[in-house]
Amino acid sequence: MSPPEKSIRVMDADYITRTLSRIAYEILEKNRTLDDLALVGIRSRGVPLARRLAEKLKEITGSEPPVGELDINLYRDDLSRIAYHPVLKTTEIPFEIDDKTVVLVDDVLFTGRTIRSALNAIMDLGRPSWVQLGVLVDRGHRELPVRADYIGKNVATSKTQDVIVRLTEIDDADEVVITDPPEVAS
Amino acid sequence: MKLSSRHLLGIDGMTAEEIALILDTAEGFVQISEREIKKVPTLRGKTVVNFFVEPSTRTRSSFELAEKRLSADALNFSANTSSFSKGESLLDTAKNLEAMSPDFIIIRHSEPGSPHFLARHIDAAIVNAGDGAHEHPTQALLDAFTIRKHKGRLDGLRVAIVGDINHSRVVRSNVLLLTLMGADVVVSGPPTLLPREFDAMGCRMTWKVEEALEGADVVMALRVQHERMNAGYFPTTREYALQFGINSTRLKLAKDDAIVMHPGPMNRGVELSGDLADGNRSVILEQVANGVAVRMAVLYLLAGEPARETTA
Repeated sequence: MSPPEKSIRVMDADYITRTLSRIAYEILEKNRTLDDLALVGIRSRGVPLARRLAEKLKEITGSEPPVGELDINLYRDDLSRIAYHPVLKTTEIPFEIDDKTVVLVDDVLFTGRTIRSALNAIMDLGRPSWVQLGVLVDRGHRELPVRADYIGKNVATSKTQDVIVRLTEIDDADEVVITDPPEVAS
Repeated sequence: MKLSSRHLLGIDGMTAEEIALILDTAEGFVQISEREIKKVPTLRGKTVVNFFVEPSTRTRSSFELAEKRLSADALNFSANTSSFSKGESLLDTAKNLEAMSPDFIIIRHSEPGSPHFLARHIDAAIVNAGDGAHEHPTQALLDAFTIRKHKGRLDGLRVAIVGDINHSRVVRSNVLLLTLMGADVVVSGPPTLLPREFDAMGCRMTWKVEEALEGADVVMALRVQHERMNAGYFPTTREYALQFGINSTRLKLAKDDAIVMHPGPMNRGVELSGDLADGNRSVILEQVANGVAVRMAVLYLLAGEPARETTA
């Protein structure tokens, strides 16, 4: 199957792997040690990214930080505006986050609303001493004062474009693709 | 995947997929009740009226807790404090409630079909919290959720339901739900409390409690509803306990890992012996805890239904 006409691949599998390696080093640079550091992936695609980062960190330091999974659906600010509520998945953070450094991991940073929800969700689970944010792609168009500490790639997009992250754990490939909205007949 | 109705009036009419959706969603809510901050902002700004025209402690507090943990505003409206006792009709009371523009009305009423009646006349999502001896869908859902937690499935399980079948709304919803999900259900009780209609609901019936318990994965005792009995359905509660009560001797007929359930409130020593109720196979208190998660899931899913048409 060929991709739809107006789609550009901005990252391939190799690129994603190298980017995650760089972010792992950046996490170490910023935090110096993995003691009291935990990764929390935002469902769905933040979770495999967080797991891959944990593995990279293990390769570098020999110790693997704990990884949690966060479902932010209950904290969304648009629940009363969307047609039906998304299926709720469980939040699985099998460790204390009090006084920890928590690195939130997500695939795409866009309006910042997901991160706002994630911050609220995390705060209801405990009181981390520091929350950092890592994303694979920052596509701009923030609607809230949110910024990432670790950015895989900055991608200039228009608001109507879609940024699609595919990861082999969930999808059938490792890639980041930007697609244009379908042309509306004028 | 979403629910096809914006109300939860009964298990009747629901599909297996919808029930699975509610049970799966409830899994995500269990942990909220286990953590330090037992609250999420999901239904912030929504108003829920708990309209209980028949006494209820367990169900009402369970709904109230579910609403509060979802950050909804809950308003309690019960029979003895309302103008209902002053002779106002159900429709008039309901219209007055509607004027306060609630998003949900949770109704418990002694008349079967009253939630359906409200759903036709009122512009809020209606949840049936028990209508007479008709249905009690959230109880059946929390029972199914509890069974699934212990057995990992519903399909193919042997479920024995023993007790006052005639006056029980719990059993109607449970039989509908469990048979829909592929369980093999047997209901049992004294002939006077075992109406023939259950034959048509896809479950087996027997007057012999031993026969019902044979090989069961799940044993559910139902309360003898004295308050609904104006005739002599059986001679004495002592005789009932001897003939139909679930005790440890009878439970030996069930599978070794069978769980014991009761929707409450329980007549200890009548339909269920005290040692079983407190024993390690009893999941009665888990049922109560799971009730909150299941009701949170129901409210969450119903709140996601398409916005109502508002009249200017």
